[in-house]
Amino acid sequence: MAVWRQVLWKLLRDRATFLGASIILSLILAAILAPVLSPFPEDVFEFHTANRLRPPDGVNYFGTDRMGSDILSRLLFGARITITIALIAVGTAVAVGVPIGLVAGYYGAWPGDLLMRVSDIFLAIPQVVLAIAIAQTLGPSIENVILALSATYWPFWARLVYAETRSVKNEIFIESAIALGASPARVMILHILPNISSAIIVRTSIGMGATILTAAALGFLGLGAPPPAPEWGRMIAESRDFLPEAWWYATAPGLAIFLVVMGFNLLGDGLRDILDPRIRRAGGRND
Amino acid sequence: MRRLELILSRLAWFIPTLVGLTVIIFTVSHIIPTDPVRILAGENATAEQIEALRVELGYDKPLPVQLLSYFRDVATGNLGVSIYTKRSIAETMWHRLPATLELTFAAIFLSVVFGIPLGVLSALRRNSLFDHCLRVVTVSGLAVASFWLAMELQFLFSMKLAIAPLNGRIAGFGPDEVTGFMIVDSLIAGDLPMLGLVLSHLALPAVTLALPAAATIVRFTRAGVLDVINSSFVLYARAMGIPWSLIVWKYVLRNALISTVTQIGLIFGVLLSGAVVIETVFDWPGLGAYAVNSILQSDYKSIMGFTLWTGAMFVIVNLLVDILHTLIDPRSNR
Amino acid sequence: MTELLAVRDLTLGFRTDAGLARVLDGVNLTIDAGQVMGLVGESGCGKTTLARAVLGVLPRNAAEIAGGEIVFKGRDLLKFSPGALARDICGRAITFIPQDPYGSFNPVFTIGTQIMEIMKWKSPRRVTGHWSEHAPLLGPYPAERRRADMETVVALLDAVQLPQPAQILRKYPHELSGGQRQRLMIAMALLPEPDLVIADEPTTALDVTIQAQILGLIRRLANERNVAVLFTTHDLGTAYEICDAVTVMYAGQEVESAPTDRFFAAPAHPYTGKLLASLPRHDGEVAGIPGEVPNLVRPPGGCRFHPRCERASEACRSGKPPAEMLDPGHSVRCFHPVRPAA
Ligand SMILES: Nc1ncnc2c1ncn2[C@@H]1O[C@H](COP(=O)(O)OP(=O)(O)OP(=O)(O)O)[C@@H](O)[C@H]1O
Ligand code: SF4
Ligand SMILES: [Mg+2]
Repeated sequence: MAVWRQVLWKLLRDRATFLGASIILSLILAAILAPVLSPFPEDVFEFHTANRLRPPDGVNYFGTDRMGSDILSRLLFGARITITIALIAVGTAVAVGVPIGLVAGYYGAWPGDLLMRVSDIFLAIPQVVLAIAIAQTLGPSIENVILALSATYWPFWARLVYAETRSVKNEIFIESAIALGASPARVMILHILPNISSAIIVRTSIGMGATILTAAALGFLGLGAPPPAPEWGRMIAESRDFLPEAWWYATAPGLAIFLVVMGFNLLGDGLRDILDPRIRRAGGRND
Repeated sequence: MRRLELILSRLAWFIPTLVGLTVIIFTVSHIIPTDPVRILAGENATAEQIEALRVELGYDKPLPVQLLSYFRDVATGNLGVSIYTKRSIAETMWHRLPATLELTFAAIFLSVVFGIPLGVLSALRRNSLFDHCLRVVTVSGLAVASFWLAMELQFLFSMKLAIAPLNGRIAGFGPDEVTGFMIVDSLIAGDLPMLGLVLSHLALPAVTLALPAAATIVRFTRAGVLDVINSSFVLYARAMGIPWSLIVWKYVLRNALISTVTQIGLIFGVLLSGAVVIETVFDWPGLGAYAVNSILQSDYKSIMGFTLWTGAMFVIVNLLVDILHTLIDPRSNR
Repeated sequence: MTELLAVRDLTLGFRTDAGLARVLDGVNLTIDAGQVMGLVGESGCGKTTLARAVLGVLPRNAAEIAGGEIVFKGRDLLKFSPGALARDICGRAITFIPQDPYGSFNPVFTIGTQIMEIMKWKSPRRVTGHWSEHAPLLGPYPAERRRADMETVVALLDAVQLPQPAQILRKYPHELSGGQRQRLMIAMALLPEPDLVIADEPTTALDVTIQAQILGLIRRLANERNVAVLFTTHDLGTAYEICDAVTVMYAGQEVESAPTDRFFAAPAHPYTGKLLASLPRHDGEVAGIPGEVPNLVRPPGGCRFHPRCERASEACRSGKPPAEMLDPGHSVRCFHPVRPAA
């Protein structure tokens, strides 16, 4: 896979992309190694009310929260929630949206048109609103947040893949594959999909960032995992009652969300530059 | 006439889109496991009382019938009454609309006024220190959680520095209501201290809301300008000695904005979703906070009203964008 | 005849990922007033780069001028500030006909807007030193001058054989054919009453049938108005038809320059000979020139043509051949030029 090695090399050479990839890698490591890295792993579910609302010091690097739990430890365990939600929600949306877009784009005509109208309807409401409505309807839990996010996110993918499929479908190599008698399924999976995969990969990275933001907003509004789960958005919401004294309370989770989303955005930008030359970040050569 | 055709076909989809939207919202709201009638009737209601209320509210009928009667109501501008406040939803929303519009317009104003020139400048000085710094700012603006930014701004400017109000749209009585837009109303009243007060309340929410939109505009403008600045017609204009500032701010910008305009729909979506969360943090008495409250209270007639309104706005904005696009790009009317 | 433009020993390069590409290496070129000069060479030899250097519109962040001068009417254009060059020379004394009439119009403004913009800044009626030169976005276009300019425009559209000028001015570029657009470009190049028009392959983007008309038009108008033309092309046949003199470039160096009749009668440089031999024959076959265009990042030393030259000797590999005058107006850079058989 020489091509992929080349892509990897280019990715690592661009500083911003490298930074993005490192942030994401750190997030994954933090999530996996949370029990090892946390100074007080038991704090996630145990309270030490005597210890509550301590500013950052040599023991609690990011301070403690209203239950006296170590914020750093909760943050590390919270990475698990964040990454689970983002991975499954985006994964489901992609798994549902891509085949629909592919089939609609391949067959075109009225089914494609209808599909685009349906996704238009979904896309006519801000994702946050629809997701809040669904999450509230189903009750606060991680599973329901995931469900709400993927239910509101698949039309985006259907639309993207539909447009990409339409533009690739008339390429010579696709037409010749069809002429050679390849079955529609074969053409779609072996010929079209690989050709639109770079667009999907780029959007996946950026979509992960957006999904983490939306999930955090749901948590902030009290619709995410119920307490005491160390969900980042909820941690920020809890801190509101203790401002301005406990200034550190929201700082760490807010920065964590910021860093992770930025990581995915930077990686997405870098991937776009490399994989999708049509929408380059840099300009051409005439100045 | 391609332009007319395009507009007509867009208009033709307007109603079906709203109908579809209503169906989706209706379905979502009606799979609520909790029974709104039971909540409404109160803890101590008897089974008969609950049933009576159910019949009274029309919740005993089959879903399709309920849907149809809802359609009939919507068509006549009646969005029903809130099951909590018993107030007309359409009226409540109409009352809250100016607050949201004022906030949104302020954010659009800020993001356009800052976003477009900054985007042009960073394209002209590509890879300069300025460009790199601006890129850091835009990437950050798109990565920060708006509710967190809102809280940190409140912490800094309201609690620590005490130079901006913590939340709300106005302290005490606002200007005499004429349009509902407090900036306009205080201007009408000629009350400058009031205008200052209104603006100070508006500042933090508007900035928070504008940040991701401005970042989006900067990115699109920058990319658009870079695209255009390498084109043959810019080279031609330079070779013919047309002043450079004229080339950039009249010709290049006009071309670059065509692609930015097509993104207004996207930016509008960013603002709408931003408003929902930001209004909640700032206790801004607009439609976004209303939606969150309604959702948290399972007040689903209100939710449906809000969603319908948002969807309609969104479809209209996109229609306008399409029309605008055909107007400013002569090539689209071939 | 008086010398209008003299490019002397112009050397410049482009910074690329692979290193500095030495695109022009000591180029010389002179054009007399009213002369149509053909600049001929293979693709990539630096014709456009030379044209852009004269107009002062090289890619800003990549180009590096290492030496030489561009003397126009006795003044070295390289010593001008970019602002002064744009204000006093470009579009005024020197105008431009681009290769690509499709992309060289701004697609979102009407033809009229674009022509009048040029007239606003470049009309011969414009008084120089006006304050608006310092505030281009605010500068007014006096109504009286505008009216007079408009008349000139209409007259010139007629001269380039574009009927119904009023209608054309109201159209958008995409509503016109390539030939119509190139006629407009010619008109726009002549409107400021320049001394020199730089036409960079003005016909390559056009249909073969229209090419001849456009060439004829350029030739005729240049003669009528006594305007000099620097005409780049990679087609010797075209040069033969409309040029008074021809300069051949190879890999960033001029190799031979002569009046057209001399040039075709007695080509002296081995490369010119091969170019002539590679003209399409009657049966349509093209005899290419063997060998490759050299890499400009690490160009061959000495005469840049030596890897492809049959006459190359040790001298050719070690030093750049000096320009040798064979006849008045006929110069060649070669250690072993082809002498006409006695
Ligand atoms: N902006 C640039 N950056 C780097 N190299 C460039 C740039 N512009 C041109 N070049 C290189 O300079 C050389 C000369 O290019 P130029 O466009 O002047 O050739 P040309 O003779 O006009 O060719 P053509 O007949 O194809 O138009 C080429 O090798 C080209 O690759
Ligand atoms: S100088 Fe030598 S290599 Fe160059 S063209 Fe003449 S004979 Fe050939
Ligand atoms: Mg060229």
